[in-house]
Amino acid sequence: MEGFKTLLYKECLRFWKVGFQTVLSPVLNAVLYLLIFGHVLEDHVQPYPGVNYTAFLVPGLVMMTVLQNAFANSSSSLIQSKITGNIVFVLLPPISYREFYAAYVLAAVLRATLCGIGVLLVSLPLTDLHFAAPGWIIAFTLMGGAFLASLGVIAGIWADKFDQLAAFQNFLIMPLTMLSGVFYSIHSLPAVWQGVSHFNPFFFMIDGFRYGFFGVSDVSPWASFGVVSVCFVVLAAITLQMLARGYKLRA
Amino acid sequence: MIPAIRIAGVTKRFRSLQALAGVDLEVAQGEFFGLLGPNGAGKTTLISSLAGLARPDSGTLEVMGHDVVKDYRAARLALGVVPQELVFDPFFSVREMLRIQSGYFGIRNNDDWIDEILHHLDLTGKAGANMRMLSGGMKRRALVAQALVHRPPVIVLDEPTAGVDVELRQGLWQFIRKLNQDGHTIVLTTHYLEEAETLCGRIAMLKAGRVVALDTTANLLQRFASHTLRVSLEEAITLAGPLAGKLLKTEGSTLEFGFDAFDEVADLLAGVRTCGGKVVDMVLGKPDMEQVFVGIMNQN
Repeated sequence: MEGFKTLLYKECLRFWKVGFQTVLSPVLNAVLYLLIFGHVLEDHVQPYPGVNYTAFLVPGLVMMTVLQNAFANSSSSLIQSKITGNIVFVLLPPISYREFYAAYVLAAVLRATLCGIGVLLVSLPLTDLHFAAPGWIIAFTLMGGAFLASLGVIAGIWADKFDQLAAFQNFLIMPLTMLSGVFYSIHSLPAVWQGVSHFNPFFFMIDGFRYGFFGVSDVSPWASFGVVSVCFVVLAAITLQMLARGYKLRA
Repeated sequence: MIPAIRIAGVTKRFRSLQALAGVDLEVAQGEFFGLLGPNGAGKTTLISSLAGLARPDSGTLEVMGHDVVKDYRAARLALGVVPQELVFDPFFSVREMLRIQSGYFGIRNNDDWIDEILHHLDLTGKAGANMRMLSGGMKRRALVAQALVHRPPVIVLDEPTAGVDVELRQGLWQFIRKLNQDGHTIVLTTHYLEEAETLCGRIAMLKAGRVVALDTTANLLQRFASHTLRVSLEEAITLAGPLAGKLLKTEGSTLEFGFDAFDEVADLLAGVRTCGGKVVDMVLGKPDMEQVFVGIMNQN
């Protein structure tokens, strides 16, 4: 247990030491999105009755920040350790693969949550935000963060170079996030694209998370949480299987 | 007594390369053991298998009686490994890194021992420095410190003196010798054969994934090396008779003979004179590990 706690501490210390890059910079990015999109679309779009566009946008941006940073933390830490070779310091001690997984995922969720809280705090003075069901906000933050953190562990282990990781991020994570309804309600899409959106697990994370603020969503939060939970369990099982086999970590 | 290390029938293949082809080896507790071999012989793969960084295709490895796969926690607690590559975590200072490493092994509040290690490795002044700021030699010593944080009874050093200057190397060996005297088992791989000869009580030589020699250092020297007589002649000569059988190598007009007893020297010189050689310089050499190494590698 001490090994797990230390690895978790080390992973948190690692991102905290470069907080400008790992926490403040994502917050700034999200706030810029909010200012620009909010300003341009505020008077043209009303996604839900009684909810203005800027207020609608904030939960989407918070969740997008959570998801992207959960992925970035575990994946970048692992690939850096692999490329510099210092991953041996984690592989030599008596740390089980389950402890290894839990430490990387929890640290990533923690960073993601910090970033999300940062975006939320900066956004509060800019719009009129409600917290209709805070339990869902917390549940989707943790489950969505854990899902992306697991995906980050997979990507970090699989990638042999930064270029491959960037491809994973730019060709998978980014499109799935952007097309998940961060900036729009899927009811504004043609029927075909509404259907396609239901194959994107990121859509359920954002939609369920947004329900926590407005009490309104495109899909029932229970259904969304079910989809996200199943996706997480499947991904966690795959990740644990990779770690148990020592895939690309233990020759 | 349980051996510090027991390796039985270990094989490992990387695609077409048979890195380990059935290695059997035992290292007793308290030994200073040398693992020698040319590049690609399988030394690092064997160490990696012992440390759990590689998984053998067959065979078993134990550290202090603990199987490295089935009982990996106990095996890893008993083992400290200094890796060959100069790796470090650029986010942390030396002390942070040693505290973190202690925690990985389940140890909290380890500062007294950390201070002692830093003192012995001459790193006290660098405890607060970021790992990036250390010289190559310091990074190497920091790696040694990392392997020792949990006071492992068995310490494996994979080429620990590569790139370390003479003075630091001496200091490092002094410390490792002290650890050995205190009861730690040391396993060393090195390309500096003189170091292995001086430090190791027993040596195994690996070639193409097999142990091709395993004996005490003294026995290896006795069996595979001889004293040498190196004579430089005014002009090259052609040797005849039993003298030719004693010749180890020729470099122009310089000849090197091997012999076992010093009273053979007079006969060798007389033989050279008989063949028309005029000696202008002469050097006597002791049996050394290089001769043993070259001899064994050529035999196999």
